[in-house]
Amino acid sequence: MSELWTEWGDWVVILLRCVFSVAFVMQIVPLLIWGERKGAAYIQDRPGPNRAPIDIPNPLDIPRLLGDVLAARPLVFKPIVSLRAAGLIHTLTDVVKLAFKEDITPDHVEKFYWFIAPVIAMSIALCTFAVVPFGDTFLGHQLKVSDMDGGLLFVLAMTSLGVYGIMLAGWSSNNKFSLLGGLRASAQMVSYELAMGLSAVVVFLSAGSVSLSRIAEVQGQPLSLFGVVEIPALNWNVFSPFGFLAFVLFWVAAFAETNRTPFDLPEGEAELVGGYHTEYSSFRFALFFMAEYANMIVASSVTATLFFGGYNVPLLSPATIREHADLLLGVLGLGAVPAFLTFAVVAWKRQGRPFYSVIPKDDPRQNEPKFFTAVWLGAAGAHGALGVVGFMGGLAALSAWAEMPELGGDLMAVILGITALAVKVLIGCWIMIWVRWTVPRFRYDQLMNLGWKVMLPLALGNVFAAAGWIVLRHELFGPAGGS
Amino acid sequence: MTESVLFYLFSLLAVVSGASVILQRSTIASALSLVVCFFALAADYVMLDAHFVAVVQVLVYAGAIMVLFIFVIMLLNIREPGATPVGTLSNRGIIGLMAAALLGVALIAGLDGLVHTPVTAINVDLQGGQPAYGTIAAMGEELFRGNYLLPFEAVSLLLTVSMVGAVVLAKREV
Repeated sequence: MSELWTEWGDWVVILLRCVFSVAFVMQIVPLLIWGERKGAAYIQDRPGPNRAPIDIPNPLDIPRLLGDVLAARPLVFKPIVSLRAAGLIHTLTDVVKLAFKEDITPDHVEKFYWFIAPVIAMSIALCTFAVVPFGDTFLGHQLKVSDMDGGLLFVLAMTSLGVYGIMLAGWSSNNKFSLLGGLRASAQMVSYELAMGLSAVVVFLSAGSVSLSRIAEVQGQPLSLFGVVEIPALNWNVFSPFGFLAFVLFWVAAFAETNRTPFDLPEGEAELVGGYHTEYSSFRFALFFMAEYANMIVASSVTATLFFGGYNVPLLSPATIREHADLLLGVLGLGAVPAFLTFAVVAWKRQGRPFYSVIPKDDPRQNEPKFFTAVWLGAAGAHGALGVVGFMGGLAALSAWAEMPELGGDLMAVILGITALAVKVLIGCWIMIWVRWTVPRFRYDQLMNLGWKVMLPLALGNVFAAAGWIVLRHELFGPAGGS
Repeated sequence: MTESVLFYLFSLLAVVSGASVILQRSTIASALSLVVCFFALAADYVMLDAHFVAVVQVLVYAGAIMVLFIFVIMLLNIREPGATPVGTLSNRGIIGLMAAALLGVALIAGLDGLVHTPVTAINVDLQGGQPAYGTIAAMGEELFRGNYLLPFEAVSLLLTVSMVGAVVLAKREV
């Protein structure tokens, strides 16, 4: 009986890991769509997502409105506040639009391949995250979906499969623009895969493994500055000269693999209408759209894990976090209160923006800043009053109840680890958005020259130089970890 | 238990997609069946603890070589299937069958030899602190320090020669 339970328990743990890693990627996607719009608006000085609101009715009207809902009458009310929430509502309306638009299947497409292409694109993008660790261990369980020996090679294999979605979409759409988009995508991705794989070899050499867990673990060790100062948990690969060059090459190749500007030739709208997804509408288009963002998230999380320590928090090694979990909880809990108060002040000050003097005085949008000030003040109050004490007491009670003294420390390490990874991923994604709205697209020959004549030789040379340095250091100073 | 069920499922998928490669009439369907076949084989390799071979199978065959195949098919835009009737044996078919039979005999003979070898002889010693069989470390030891250094270098030289040859042949036209 207990054996059976253990086996079922294993399945549950595996399932939870899968759900988490898919959820991690899918939760960031809407945030990125919003970030892309805001980024475009700020960088190119054009209107951002500033329309779609949610109207909040006066609480006194709610009984009448409930009656209207039950009687299926149209809802008519004067809102007391109209929330645009910095444009976040736009993402919501986007989803509604994409889900309810007419799903057109043109007559001339190759049906089977046309249907599976977006599914392939999306599922491959989600699979790739399987080997990225989002923490070291939690109660003895590894924190990633699969602990296969392949590690980063699995990521490279999966990204190389991702091209099938785009190729099949382009080919099965049966028109010359889509076909050209698909051909461009396949040529581009095959070309940049080599540079991507070779630049990662430097990281393999310094960690002595291709497993992303091992690579992240090595980067959690202290960074030694000429043997004089030791900075804890900052042995990131990007701080070594070979690692830095490898990072630049890997990051450029990641842009090419995700088809982001300046490498977005497969969908170059000036030449190819919409490229490989010209014929797609409604949710099939949404799948391609989400796959692009999922690929961005996976590319940045792999880059973060390879070069920026992955789940490691700078200056706090996992051991330190476990040891001082209570102290950290206190600092973070108390630190949140001033942060929330600052947000409240910022929200209050937004009343002075020219927008609010342009719209009519009785416009429900006038109340937006006040509403958010109240929200942040409430958050600060709730957090200050019961948050810190409640969290700390709750954590201690939970550890005692489960008879697991290490639970609190592990929980803290996991939460901080996931947060650190998420912050690094978001910074990476923001750089991708920033680049997209700043630089123009490559010409095709420039793209091929950069891939084959610049990046490939640089990556190869980097591998040889790094390998030579590691051997030389071994000869001079004897065996030592890190790089 | 679960692993053996999955192993046979993926083996079945490999056989079915392998058959589909030669039975499909449309070129692109054949090529994609081959991709599925490679994928199923990679899954089988994982079940056999050969993670490295599995990943390289997907990375090189499914991810690079087949992409180029499909690239060419798409570029030439071969949509109409050829008019070869299925069911009649041409000369080529007979030669193909003979080649397949020869390969089968060779495989069975090879497997027969393997079955009678004690497992420890194929497997790297698991207890002696050696890297486990099928991992990247074990593959590296075998290829660069073990018995296969000369064949490995010879093959890489051969590949370089063929690449240079291809470039020379293609450049002559321009």
